[in-house]
Formats: sequence, structure tokens, C-alpha cells
Amino acid sequence: MLSRAADALYWMCRYAERAENVARFLDVSLQVMLDLPDPHGEPWAGVIAATGDDAGFYRRYGTATRDNVVRFLTVDHESPNSIVSCLRYARDNARTIREAISSETWEQINKWYLLVNDAAAGGASVADNPYDFLAAMKEASHLFVGVTYLTMTHGEGWHFGRIGRLLERADQTSRIVDAKQGLFLLRPPEVGASLDELHLSALLRSVSALEMYRKRYSRIDHALVMTFLVLDKLFPRSIRHCLDKAKESLCAIMDTPSGSTGTRPERLLGRLVAEYEYAVIEEILDQGIHEHLDGLQSKLNDVGAAIHEQFFATRPDPVQEPMAEAAQ
Amino acid sequence: MDIAAYEPGPFYDEMFDPERRPRPGCDLLARTMAELPDTDIARRQQAAERALLHMGITFNVYGHDHGTEKILPFDLVPRVVSGKEWTALERGLVQRTRALNLFIDDIYHKQRVIADGIIPREIVETASSYLPGCKDLDPPQRIWCHINGTDLVRHSDGKYYVLEDNLRCPSGVSYVLHNRQVMKRTFPNVFQQSRVRPVDAYPSELLRVLQHVCPRGVATPNVVVLTPGPYNSAYSEHSFLAQQMGVELVVAKDLVIRDGFVWMRTTRGLARVDVIYRRIDDTFLDPKVFRPDSMLGIPGIMNVVRAGRVALANAPGTGVADDKVVYAYVPAIIKYYLGEDAILPIVPTFVCHDEKQRAHVLANLDKLVVKAANESGGYGMLMGPQASAAERAAFADHIKANPRNYIAQPLLGLSRVPTLLGDGNVLEGRHVDLRPYVLHGRDIFVLPGGLTRVALKKGSFVVNSSQGGGSKDTWVLADENGAKDAAC
Repeated sequence: MLSRAADALYWMCRYAERAENVARFLDVSLQVMLDLPDPHGEPWAGVIAATGDDAGFYRRYGTATRDNVVRFLTVDHESPNSIVSCLRYARDNARTIREAISSETWEQINKWYLLVNDAAAGGASVADNPYDFLAAMKEASHLFVGVTYLTMTHGEGWHFGRIGRLLERADQTSRIVDAKQGLFLLRPPEVGASLDELHLSALLRSVSALEMYRKRYSRIDHALVMTFLVLDKLFPRSIRHCLDKAKESLCAIMDTPSGSTGTRPERLLGRLVAEYEYAVIEEILDQGIHEHLDGLQSKLNDVGAAIHEQFFATRPDPVQEPMAEAAQ
Repeated sequence: MDIAAYEPGPFYDEMFDPERRPRPGCDLLARTMAELPDTDIARRQQAAERALLHMGITFNVYGHDHGTEKILPFDLVPRVVSGKEWTALERGLVQRTRALNLFIDDIYHKQRVIADGIIPREIVETASSYLPGCKDLDPPQRIWCHINGTDLVRHSDGKYYVLEDNLRCPSGVSYVLHNRQVMKRTFPNVFQQSRVRPVDAYPSELLRVLQHVCPRGVATPNVVVLTPGPYNSAYSEHSFLAQQMGVELVVAKDLVIRDGFVWMRTTRGLARVDVIYRRIDDTFLDPKVFRPDSMLGIPGIMNVVRAGRVALANAPGTGVADDKVVYAYVPAIIKYYLGEDAILPIVPTFVCHDEKQRAHVLANLDKLVVKAANESGGYGMLMGPQASAAERAAFADHIKANPRNYIAQPLLGLSRVPTLLGDGNVLEGRHVDLRPYVLHGRDIFVLPGGLTRVALKKGSFVVNSSQGGGSKDTWVLADENGAKDAAC
């Protein structure tokens, strides 16, 4: 398929996934705040720090209040990581490849975008009641994934989209886990221990993992929660699962058995998959979960860059030779 | 809704005769509309427009930042064309397309039509759409204009006239297909019983035409649609057609010329391209041959075209036949190549290049419509009867300064179709034109339907979307005496 189309499919899914995760991240932050009757420091400043765009936020909003943060992450057209911006990017990408996706896929991303855009036009109401809006975002995203799954051929293009979605999800899960760690530190020390379970439950809920976690491990425990979200093989938002499935899609694209190490993206992603397959949570916790997740995010960036270089980059004078099968 | 209050007025009304009786084929539609409560019509109208918005059937409005995409206003009341009328139109369109194709081929080869005195050389060679770079080009199967949109209007005398040909990149066919989908959802019962001929075949017919003109020796041609990109006003149509045909939509940077062929950049390296349905203007196609400032083109592609290693649809250079001055000669062109009289009349046209005709035009500016030969979209026009004395004087100067560039025609009383106004509870006549789509492959195919554009402003004759126009579904009815592919 066209490099440009593959590129756009990849980013369409990445941005849609990002929008869902921004909603999840904000949702859990709002809930945690409710559980902090007397938080130490400025809790919303911590949320902004976790987005990595503090400079942009303070330049335009001044102080980190609940309403400002909600607005910044949902309906703010100027903020590159707001839900409305993610949807705009996702739709812009979809729009350039409408012929490569099913009309149902296009209509869902278009409707979702129009929904968010309408919400952005009446900005105040989202801040008044963010929960309905955030729930609608998750639902729209699930619908999008479902429609893509059910109406598109699971061929090369679909796999590029899936890789985009899964790399994004792995990255976002790591950010949600990491940010939640940060919020723990805000708890008043005297009640800290009793809030742990509450916080861990909120974290699990934020990635829709609470019930599935309970089926796997009955009691809520920090190390087990980390095991579930980082290393579980089967839970769809766990980091390891995302990496496994992304590799599966990459193999499908390369049309090679899973052991192939021919190209740089295959090598980088393969190494990462192996690392998580054999990891144990104690080592990760000893290293420090924050440091570990930081490292993961940078490796994910490398994988993304390698995929771009291998499949999407258009060079003014292409170095690839025409392939016999393509030149029929 | 109150149909009885509808006033057909002094123009030809497509739905009602002067005695306000529904015309043949329109009874059921009129009855259904009369029975519908006003609120229901408003609801259906809104639902239809929302459906178009969700489908993303939008055009880009240049020069706006937020909300850059708009849907083309859509009116629920369809324009109905009887089977008998359509058969005559179809024959006329096939004839016209065949003759124009022969004309273009001749113009870029021996120019017999000029030598035989049918059309003056200077008219042809001064047409801005005449491309000397296409001389001796031999497009596959000798087909130049594969996709045409011919604008027709119906005058107060009840006859259809050709208003102009669009032989380069006619747009709008996606509206025909989408409007139809929306109408099927909105009026399923009327639709079925009226025996409306389907339009769904267009994408497959188009693909068949594109495959038909593929270079020699290619068994399974790789067809692509070439678009200027997402910011072009017709982009959603480009992607829609590619999607419906199941082919790639490419922009110039996806294509590269190598070893004398055109290739596209894919995730697995380069893949050869055999046929390009180009939706960019021909002068932008190849900066090495036409406009050197073009950023949308593929440098060197004309060499590949000349070598017969890639086909372009439409071929470059076809614009010479839809020049507004050449238009005046089309009846003679048809006669010359086919030995037949033109089935579809043209609007009587005065060519200002001719001294006698120019004098007549200048003396009658208050009665005529003057058009610049190289403008489109309703620009560069003088509506004589409605213009001020100052506007007419200014146009007279334009004509004298550059007579080749102007033609003049009597003002036609464009027919009207009842159109919903306000919240959908008022029905008034609005002027329309009709653009059928003609495909020239092995045979010539006319899509039974077309784009009915409607001037939504009261009294306006300008139907262009850039100037307050909207669209309607066009119902071509199956012939009364034979169930010619009845509606599905």
C-alpha cells in the first residue's frame, strides 16, 4: 500500500487511542482528587506536570485549578494533547485516506470529531460535568476500534493502524501508571496506608482493569497491580500485551515468521517483547517504576521512529528498488 | 404541507404544469408531500443534512479557518425527469461526446476541421485551454475525454439546451450518489413506487473506462486517482471515487518517474502505475511541459504519457473543446464529423470575435448575458438585463479590448423546481440546471441521473455552489412501457 496511506492509518489510530487515554487519565485524576480531602501541595499541578506540556499550560492559564486542567485536556484547540486536538489530528489523517478505510470507520471518526467539536464550542459545560463527556469519549473510542475491526480487511493497512494504536496504548498505560505513582505522594501521610487500596482500585478502574484484575488476583496489592498492568500477557491494556500484539501485526506486515529479525523495527520491537516476556516485577520495582517506565517510553519512541523510517519516509529520490511482485 | 399554495409562476416548472397538475411521474411525490405534516418535512430535511455531514460529504471553503468544511445545501424535493425525456437527452449526449472526442483528436493532429473551414484557426489556437504541448499525442484507444459533465438547462419553451461542456475535470458526481442514498432513507416509499433508475453503477462504469484505456500489454492495470490533496475543494469527491472503485488515491509526491514509467511509493518499495484518473488541472500536470510553477505535478510525466506507458483520464488538452467560444461551433462540429444534425440544441451564441456579431452584442447588452471564455464558476459574467448601466459600460470596454474572450447569449428562463424554504414548511420555485455525467470507454455511457444544482436565492439564476447554490436528487424514471432497470 502507499507509504503515505500507511502513515496516515498509523497516526489515525494513534491519535484516536491517545484521545481515549487522555479521557482515562483525566477521569482517574478527578476521582483521586475527590479522595484527597486535604491534599498536600498542589495536586492539579502534578497532573499538568504528567502531561509534559506545563509550559504551554501556565503560559495561557496561569494557575492549575480543576476547571483549567479539565479545559486544557478536553476542549482546548490550542493544546496539542487535548482530546479535541487529538480528534482533529485523527480525523485529518482519516480524511487523507478515506479510500483506504471503510466508510463506517470514516463516519465513526467523523462523528466523534463533530461531537467533540460541538462540546468545544460550548466549552463551559464540559468543565461543569466532565464525567459524562469523558464516558462518551471512551465509548466513542471503543466504537471506533470495533468498527475498524469489523469492517476493514485485516490486511496490511489494518495492521499499520493496529501497531499505531498498540504502541500508543503501551505508552499511555505507562504514563497513567506513572502519573498515579506521583499522585500517591500527595496523600496526607497519616491516612496514607488506608488510602492505598482506594488509589490502586482507582488506577485499575481508570484502565478498565479492576474486574479483570480481581479475577486474576483477589487482593489489591501494589506489586500485583504493577504486575497486572505492566506484565500481564492477556489484559488488553497491559504494556506487555500491547507489545506482543504490535509485534504480531509487524510480522503480518512483513509476511515473515515471528522469528524474523530482518529489519530495524522488527529487531527493536522483538527485543522489547522479549524483555517483557522474561521480566519479573521485583526487578522493575527495585529499579524504580518511574525510571523503568521512562526507559520504556524512550524505547517505544525508537520503535516508532524505526517504523517511520522503514515504511513511511518518502525520500526525494527513492533508494528502494522496485520489487518484482509489486511491479506486475 | 400545503401544496395547493405553491405557485408554478411564469417559468417552466419541473413538477407542476401551468394548471398546477403534477406532471407525469410526479403525482405520487406531490401526493406524499401534501400528506406529510410540516414538522415531519422539517425533521426529514434536518436528518438528510445531518447524514451528509456525518458522511463528511463536504466541500472546503477557501479562506476560512474554523469550520472550513461545509455540506452543499441539499433540498429534499427531487427533480424528476421522465423516461421519454431522458432517452432523448441520452442520445444527444452520446452524439455530442463522440463528436467532441473526434474534434479534439483532430485538433492535436491534422486539423482537418480547420482546413475545411468549419472553425477559424485563431479561435482554436487562442483558446487558453488549447495546449500545443499535446500535439501528436495518441492517447490509448484514441479517447481523450473519458469523463464529461455537460451542463443542461431547460428554457421556458420546455426544451433542454446545452449550456456548456466540462471536458477537463468535471466534479459533482459524488453528490449524485450521496443525494440518492439520503433520499432513499428519507422517502423510501415514494422512491420505490416511482421506479427511479439507479445511479449506483457509476463507480464500476468509471473503473471499466479507466481499465479500458490502460497501456498496451498490461493485463491487470493499476489505476489510481490523482488529487491535489485534502485542501482542494473537491477532495471528498476524489477520495470517495477512489474508495468506491477500490483504487489508491495519490498525491503528486506519492508518484515518481523512473526508467520511463510512473511508479507509486508503497510500503514495499515502488509499484507501477498504469492509469491515472487525474483530478488536477492539465496545466499543472507536468511543470516541464506546462506551468513551470506547478507544485502539484509530476515533472516528466508527459514523456511517459507520450510513450504510451501511462494513460491519463481525461487526456491533457481536452479543454480546447469546452472553450466558451468553441461552444458556438459545436453543432457544425457534430455535423462535420458525424454527418448528423445536433440532437441537443445549444443556446444561440454571438461570438464577439466576429465583427458583425460583436456590433450586435454591443448594441444589445441590456438583453444579453455576456460570458468570458476562460472563466467558470459563475465568475466573469454580465447578466445584461439585471446589470446597471455602469456595469454594462465596463463590460463593453472589456469586450472591445479583447473580443476573442467574449460570447453573448440571450437570457434563458431556467426552469424551476419546488424547493423547501424556511423551516421546511414553505415551498417556492427555484431555478435549476442539470449536469449529467458521460463516460467514454469502449462505449459511451450516460449515468441515468445527474446533478441538479439549484439557485437557492429567490430569483437567482446562478446555481454555482460558490455563489449560494445547493443541490437536489435527480430522478430519472424508468420508461413507462418497459421496466428498464427499475429502482432497487
